[in-house]
Amino acid sequence: MNWLKPSWQAVLAVALCLIAVGLGAMSKPEAAALAQPEASFPYPYLVTKGLMFGLLVIAALVSMTRLPAIVEALVLFVGAHLTAWLLITGINGFEGTALAPYFLVLAAAWLLGWRCVAVLSSLRPVANWARTALRLIIPAIFGAWILILWEAITRGAGIPFILLPPPSAIGARIASSLPVLGADVRQTIFKAVIFGYVVGSGAGFLAAIAADRVPFLRRGLLPIGNMVSALPIIGVAPIMVMWFGFDWQSKAAVVIIMTFFPMLVNTVAGLAASGHMERDLMRTYASGYWQTLFKLRLPAAAPFIFNALKINSTLALIGAIVAEFFGTPVVGMGFRISTEVGRMNIDMVWAEIAVAALAGSVFYGVVALFERAVTFWHPSVRGG
Amino acid sequence: MTGNSPAVVSASKLGLTFQTNDGPVQALSNVDLTIGKGEFVSFIGPSGCGKTTLLRVIADLEKPTAGTISVNGMTPEQARESRAYGYVFQAAALFPWRTIERNVGLPLEIIGLSRAEQAERIKRTLELVNLSGFEKKYPWQLSGGMQQRASIARALAFDADLLLMDEPFGALDEIVRDHLNEQLLELWERTNKTICFVTHSIPEAVYLSTRIVVMSPRPGRVSDIIESTLPKKRPLDIRETPEFLAIAARVRDGLRAGHSYDD
Repeated sequence: MNWLKPSWQAVLAVALCLIAVGLGAMSKPEAAALAQPEASFPYPYLVTKGLMFGLLVIAALVSMTRLPAIVEALVLFVGAHLTAWLLITGINGFEGTALAPYFLVLAAAWLLGWRCVAVLSSLRPVANWARTALRLIIPAIFGAWILILWEAITRGAGIPFILLPPPSAIGARIASSLPVLGADVRQTIFKAVIFGYVVGSGAGFLAAIAADRVPFLRRGLLPIGNMVSALPIIGVAPIMVMWFGFDWQSKAAVVIIMTFFPMLVNTVAGLAASGHMERDLMRTYASGYWQTLFKLRLPAAAPFIFNALKINSTLALIGAIVAEFFGTPVVGMGFRISTEVGRMNIDMVWAEIAVAALAGSVFYGVVALFERAVTFWHPSVRGG
Repeated sequence: MTGNSPAVVSASKLGLTFQTNDGPVQALSNVDLTIGKGEFVSFIGPSGCGKTTLLRVIADLEKPTAGTISVNGMTPEQARESRAYGYVFQAAALFPWRTIERNVGLPLEIIGLSRAEQAERIKRTLELVNLSGFEKKYPWQLSGGMQQRASIARALAFDADLLLMDEPFGALDEIVRDHLNEQLLELWERTNKTICFVTHSIPEAVYLSTRIVVMSPRPGRVSDIIESTLPKKRPLDIRETPEFLAIAARVRDGLRAGHSYDD
């Protein structure tokens, strides 16, 4: 039996397929057609039903033979995704009519996808490019399955559009509203977020240095800074609109308030992070305050400062979007979300959410890349 | 200070009391000591005897609370500000974001030497500690012994005549330590610097020093000063000679006499 290598996902997938075959019709039109064989209804999966079951069972069985891991992953990948594709395209036009076997087939395909990711995760390739590729492929399959399940369930079960639109509809909405989304991104991110982030983080950094240099500021400023960070954004945003007007400047002011404190606290902590021995060393060189700051304390504080920059990258985005709920010209991501919710255009809200998530991830990623380049010497980056 | 041979370090009635939450702690009391130019003086004693504190007072990292001390005829503060000494710590304390050559060049940057002058001195001091070829490496890419050698190079880089070393080889294994001791003696002979060396190890102190200052705790004080009769040239196997063992025995006796075993 050493040519056999059972996995519970594949066994369960085959079992689910068998149950689905036993239950018969996959959708209500098919059940109706079976009930009246003489009438000819159009119904989903007229030709692809056998193909889907065949694909799933064959992929599951083949994956359990003793194959090289990469071949096994490939078989599972093709089986799972081809089935999912057939399933989702097949329900087109028959939304909300799916019966239990539809969901069983979906579950079986998902199990094979799971097994595929598990096999890929256990691979330990030697080549650098292969490791990089795996690092990208595994989360990509993982993310794809979230979308596949979302799409198949919302369409199969006919979930109302208002509650949760399928990702394909959101994608179509993004594609058709690119100019509007572009204008919103320009208004919210390229004006309010970037400006507020740079000024807020910069001010926090300079305030930390001032507090370090001047003892009375350290005693006085830090508690006040703490209070600023506790201000509720919902209360501050309308006041900023009063002060700085409806355009992006008031949103930038909210972002400045939100990003100032994390940078202040982290930089103050970072400036205390250099060791006693290193500071004594600088003292033996009769090094002045600024030389010690630039040559020892700021480099040692870099991991803390980047921590604040990463925290602020997401805070800034949230701050700007929420601030736009309190008055804005007729453009901006927060404005669009608040108005499109009112008009029940939920797909547009989701499109804005998707764009915001993408922009936030890119922003965070860029800061993280900078961090790796600057703090290459830190044990957490060089690994050991 | 004696007239004909100027003292590098001269302390009289030196005392230092730390104020702690448990009341005052007398780290140094009544220390009289004169160190002449070109000497290699070791400070040895159990933990808490004030040997590191004494070195830190010489370096102006601590302020004495009693007595007087001069370094190169100046106050320790003036001496520190005129960069009169190089200090080697218990750990290498190299900056991980700088390469070895940038680490060795750190004091030169602070002093404000020209780029060319810096490069020349870095090259020379790295040769002195046998680290040529490792200029572009980062500290964390080197072994502990090499890191400590780089930190010695950094202390030597700006050519101070006085070298203060605080248990520099304490964290290293025996084999590396022997090797570095040998290299340190060679370096001392070549550069004719004055070296103050804090250690826990009797063989290390006897092997290296021209004079051994034995210290004892509670309060930290000098209990004995032993002149070494060993020649200046010292191969490693000098440690098996009766002369060496006799000095080591004297140091041990001094440590025992000063150490209170009743607590």
